[in-house]
Amino acid sequence: MMKVVFERPKSMFPVPTHYCPGCGHGIVHRLLAEVIDEFGIRERVVGVAPVGCSVFLYNYINCDMYEAAHGRAPAIATGCKRVHPDLILFTYQGDGDLASIGTAEIIHAANRGENITVLFLNNAIYGMTGGQMAPTTILGQRTTTCPLGRSPKREGYPIRIAEMLATLEGVTYIARVAVHNPRAIIAAKKALKKAFEVQINGLGFSLVEFLSPCPTGWGMPPAEATKWVEAKMIQTFPLGEFKVPKSEKG
Amino acid sequence: MGEKVLITGNEAIGEAAVRAGCRFFFGYPITPQNKIPEYLSYRLPQVGGCFVQAESEIAAIYMVFGAAGAGARVLTSSSSPGISLKQEGISYISAAELPCVIVNVMRGGPGLGGILPSQSDYFQATKGGGHGDYHLLVLAPSTVQEAANLVMDAFDLADKYCNPVMVLADGYIGQMMEPVEFKEKPPIELPTKDWAVTGAKNRPRNLIKSLYLDPEELEQHNLKLHRKYVEMAKNEVRVEAYLTDDAEILIAAYGTVARIAKTAIKILREKGIKVGMVRPITVFPFPYEAFAKISEEVDDILVVEMSLGQMIEDVKLGVCGRAKVHFYGRVGGMVPTYDEIVREIEKIKRSRVL
Amino acid sequence: MVGKIVIDKELCKGCALCVSACPQKLIVVAEEINSKGYHPAEFVDSDGVCTGCTLCALTCPEVAIEVFREEKP
Repeated sequence: MMKVVFERPKSMFPVPTHYCPGCGHGIVHRLLAEVIDEFGIRERVVGVAPVGCSVFLYNYINCDMYEAAHGRAPAIATGCKRVHPDLILFTYQGDGDLASIGTAEIIHAANRGENITVLFLNNAIYGMTGGQMAPTTILGQRTTTCPLGRSPKREGYPIRIAEMLATLEGVTYIARVAVHNPRAIIAAKKALKKAFEVQINGLGFSLVEFLSPCPTGWGMPPAEATKWVEAKMIQTFPLGEFKVPKSEKG
Repeated sequence: MGEKVLITGNEAIGEAAVRAGCRFFFGYPITPQNKIPEYLSYRLPQVGGCFVQAESEIAAIYMVFGAAGAGARVLTSSSSPGISLKQEGISYISAAELPCVIVNVMRGGPGLGGILPSQSDYFQATKGGGHGDYHLLVLAPSTVQEAANLVMDAFDLADKYCNPVMVLADGYIGQMMEPVEFKEKPPIELPTKDWAVTGAKNRPRNLIKSLYLDPEELEQHNLKLHRKYVEMAKNEVRVEAYLTDDAEILIAAYGTVARIAKTAIKILREKGIKVGMVRPITVFPFPYEAFAKISEEVDDILVVEMSLGQMIEDVKLGVCGRAKVHFYGRVGGMVPTYDEIVREIEKIKRSRVL
Repeated sequence: MVGKIVIDKELCKGCALCVSACPQKLIVVAEEINSKGYHPAEFVDSDGVCTGCTLCALTCPEVAIEVFREEKP
């Protein structure tokens, strides 16, 4: 007798996505839906979708949702959470949304210790608008707006959001993970589960940064893109937990 | 309640919001409205509400978006440059059909400008400000008492139309102290907020959005918004006709300037010049009809503003060439005195006789 | 066989991440194309060696793979 050991999570609409072949968004969306299912919180989850490739997050995840203006998701989440502290709020943001236009909003939501969970998808590029440089584009990486490759003198250094936010006293859980192979994906899900647990237990602000491939933006096939995450991105953006809840510390 | 208190306009605005059932405020300090966030920072916790000083006016307007989308009565306030920052958010809130109240305590502009009063944001308030085909319902109080009354009405109007409502005040109204009575408002019937984000329990999920990539869909959405503004124009115009029955010359003014004009009118009538005033209270929807009617009775209308001529364009639209429209304005924080207004009317009177 | 997978050919975009993920190389990119023009992944396990490890499904961005495993008696 065969039993199902892996199937589509209930919180995901059974529709094809608009994402490119090999895009990391699909994986992270699925992890999000799995975590929502496993905690049984779909009816009290509220998401805030960004502007970027994942603007259509609401077409894929079945829960109450807002569509935010570019970068403002943490502010919208703050507004909703203050009205309904019992709901579980998450924002889902790309590197342009969170690390460029939305830098003030993410830092201050984190600093206020808003009891929300942020999913930060870092693919070192602006996907939706055609592959421009992101604040997280790594040194030497070529994009449509740094065709000679990012250099510190011309474009500055890539920004490390997880490390930066972890310096704030008001944050509770900050982790960076990756989704470029099954092992990394399993670890990523653990971190995401932990982040939601922090919120469910009312412990404060949690953020998980997901390093993700963008085959189209990087100009390489999906398999090669996953190797690029391993070989190049992790050097600039080390994986790990940068802040954990007080109860965990020794 | 029947009790009169002597408070600043800013505090009256804050208290009126609380009396109207508003329990959420998101804002940022900017002169001359700082007393609104300051007052609400201690008043809201008293009534179990929530006050957040946001990191910027931009963040504040999006917190409003979040709270309004969650079904709450929510207020933000700012002054001219801060209102400029909020424009994108206001466009989003209008597109997503969310109710909220936005208070602009106008100051001198453009740019950083000055901290004294002006009426230089009329265009911004009534002609858009943000991108796209949308409008705010805009209420313009003239006294501290009226500011309190209009703020209370604003929350009902916002819920009625699922649209942001702006209360357009200026630095004088915000900062001066006058006696205010917070009247008990009889509750009115309002639509239920079943579209609100409250957790998708026992219902299909709700989505608060403004993106419609299909042009046919987006056009239909725009037409839906437009029908609301047509309804507002039919039902919500508010205007004060002051001594217009026997007026030979008319003043058009709103807000603080209208008050000053009332003194000028008193002086002019003592001098034998019969002057009246049409004072718009809603500047959107604008009382075009009131001006159309009065311009059949008078030959000259003097528009007085603390700007270089913004409301005058709407006055001219209403008047439609039936009367001569004159203008007098002061800017930069300068406020016209009743003497100056008297002089302008006397000039008009003299030019008619010649 | 201990395990088997079912790939939804219409959801699949032929990214082939599952091909790399399978430790037993039981997935190939098909010759045929689906209605969107992609070459979908295809499960080929004539010897019945799939263990239902789910590594393929874990890495699939389209949730196109369902995994089944025999229940232990």
